[in-house]
Amino acid sequence: MTTSTAAYSIDERGYYGPFGGAYIPEMLYNNVEELRQNYLEITQTKSFQKEFEQLLKDYVGRPTPLYKAERLSERYQTNIYLKREDLCHTGAHKINNTIGQILVAQRLGKTRIIAETGAGQHGVATATVCALMGLECIVYMGAKDIERQSPNVARMRLLGATVHPVHSGSKTLKDATNEAIRDWINHPQNTHYIIGSVVGPHPYPDMVARFQSVISEEIQKQLLSKTCRNYPDVIIACVGGGSNAAGAFYHYIDNPNVKLICAEAAGKGVNSGESAATSILGTEGIIHGSKTLLMQTKDGQIIEPHSISAGLDYPGIGPMHAHLINSGRAKSIAITDQEALEATQQLAQLEGIIPALESAHALAILEQQQFDKNQVVVINLSGRGDKDLGTLMDNLEMLNA
Amino acid sequence: MNRLDQLFNSKKENILNIYCTAGYPNLEDTTSIIKALENSGVDLVELGMPYSDPLADGPTIQASGTEALANGMSIVTLFEQLKDVRKEVKLPLVLMGYLNPVLQYGVEAFLKQCQQVGVDGLILPDLPLYEYEEAYQELFEQYNIHPIFLVTPLTPVERIHKIDSLSKGFVYAVSTASTTGKQSGFGQEQLTYFQRLKDLKLNNPILVGFGVADHQTYSTVCDYVNGAVVGSAFIRALKGSGNLEKTVEDFVTMLKATTLLEHR
Repeated sequence: MTTSTAAYSIDERGYYGPFGGAYIPEMLYNNVEELRQNYLEITQTKSFQKEFEQLLKDYVGRPTPLYKAERLSERYQTNIYLKREDLCHTGAHKINNTIGQILVAQRLGKTRIIAETGAGQHGVATATVCALMGLECIVYMGAKDIERQSPNVARMRLLGATVHPVHSGSKTLKDATNEAIRDWINHPQNTHYIIGSVVGPHPYPDMVARFQSVISEEIQKQLLSKTCRNYPDVIIACVGGGSNAAGAFYHYIDNPNVKLICAEAAGKGVNSGESAATSILGTEGIIHGSKTLLMQTKDGQIIEPHSISAGLDYPGIGPMHAHLINSGRAKSIAITDQEALEATQQLAQLEGIIPALESAHALAILEQQQFDKNQVVVINLSGRGDKDLGTLMDNLEMLNA
Repeated sequence: MNRLDQLFNSKKENILNIYCTAGYPNLEDTTSIIKALENSGVDLVELGMPYSDPLADGPTIQASGTEALANGMSIVTLFEQLKDVRKEVKLPLVLMGYLNPVLQYGVEAFLKQCQQVGVDGLILPDLPLYEYEEAYQELFEQYNIHPIFLVTPLTPVERIHKIDSLSKGFVYAVSTASTTGKQSGFGQEQLTYFQRLKDLKLNNPILVGFGVADHQTYSTVCDYVNGAVVGSAFIRALKGSGNLEKTVEDFVTMLKATTLLEHR
């Protein structure tokens, strides 16, 4: 874990440019402050780094391959590499962060772990590390997400976690996050809240980005051996809260030769009223303790987003991404539900890989952007699609044939 | 002079602050509830501005906010409702809400409206102290709106003093590290905390909120500090009320508990 420098890293109060900070009620102050004061020191100790790296290697299965997708490359007449985070234990990049955070929680003496989850990937990743470390685990999950991601609910329960259905608001990720924060307010001493993305009050966005930065650290080494250059021309990642993108971009943020593309969920279309394209539809405001771009009414009420993918169904975006996009460093492109479904099917049939619907949004960028024959394009394949089979069967005609 | 200062200059104990959600149970109930509270002898009213994502609130106040939003409540509507409130109501009014809607309205425009309609104080639990000091303190002072900050049992002493130095009107002491409406009754831990707060001899009066729901908890709090804030219990009383004035009067009577009630 190295430190990103210059214009795109946080200042001492946890702001990326104008975004970030810690907008929290006093009841959370101690929890967040304890973490803020300790996270850098803890994660920079030798014993932490050794344990973190060992677990990533032996338990998660890192490094994950950087796979040259030949048929996909041929189809788009460029050089496409897939960073196979879908091959991580539990099926997505989420576990990089939960391993890091559970080690922090242990060192802070916490005995009870809470988490929010949308698609269930972060919930599974949290339940997994709690089982590994023998800690109590409570996962908050929107009632609507419980319905559409039932395999992951079963996995969490099998792993010994309590899955707590959330019936407030839109019954999805935003509300699950509210409920997890309320739980933390009510358990101020023994509990650590493992946030699953680069969202929330400082230090979460920075801490989670650091744990996920292993993705771009590996891409650097892998590209060097495959292309004789340690950076690509383009990196594409999907963005809900933005943790896999933060990890894939991390070591390239200050390299102007690398174009960063965020694939956001347009849902049924950016202007359909059923979308989660935060950087396009969002305005500056506060969500879950962080100043960032979010979808809200003129009156400042947070809007319930829509995406076919539960993991992108979030009305905000991490403050790092808000800054990257606002400053022009990263480009955001919105992908519809339909485009994501088509990209899923295409990858399955061209490469024999079924991507998560979240990751399919990143793949769908290939239809929108032209890349040169000589360019190197890395797509972060953040998760696998097994959890989406129900949704896929409901939506893809080929499965009915 | 700010009505909060007037109140606390003339009254030091048993101060009763009742919280209600603007636009709940019905959109047009806001001012009638304020009037009924004044008539029932409440000292000040804390009016909640409903928000889609109220992190610090428990289920009761959350649900009232959701209903108020569905009723059509917004900051614009609230100021419209409060336009003439000062023709009839004398007690201090404090608005409580979350920072985001205030930011979208515009902080200065918001404070200016507060002054115009006669709001005396503002509680924004998720407004960081540094941001208040650096960006908003001058505006609060310019429009004579008192900022009220929260302390909890886990707030370190130094920070309590810092919060006290930035607060005006009163300091809002959360009884337990919890969301609203969670506690039932106070244990030794809370009593020790109330005593500790009392011994700190803050510049501002202290009102304790969260978990004050009946006569017993109200009078316990008043034994230690200047008064109490009651929220969730009042919202529960309003729910399904057929006669708001009577509900309000009965509720306040129950809290203040005449001897009669105590002997029942």
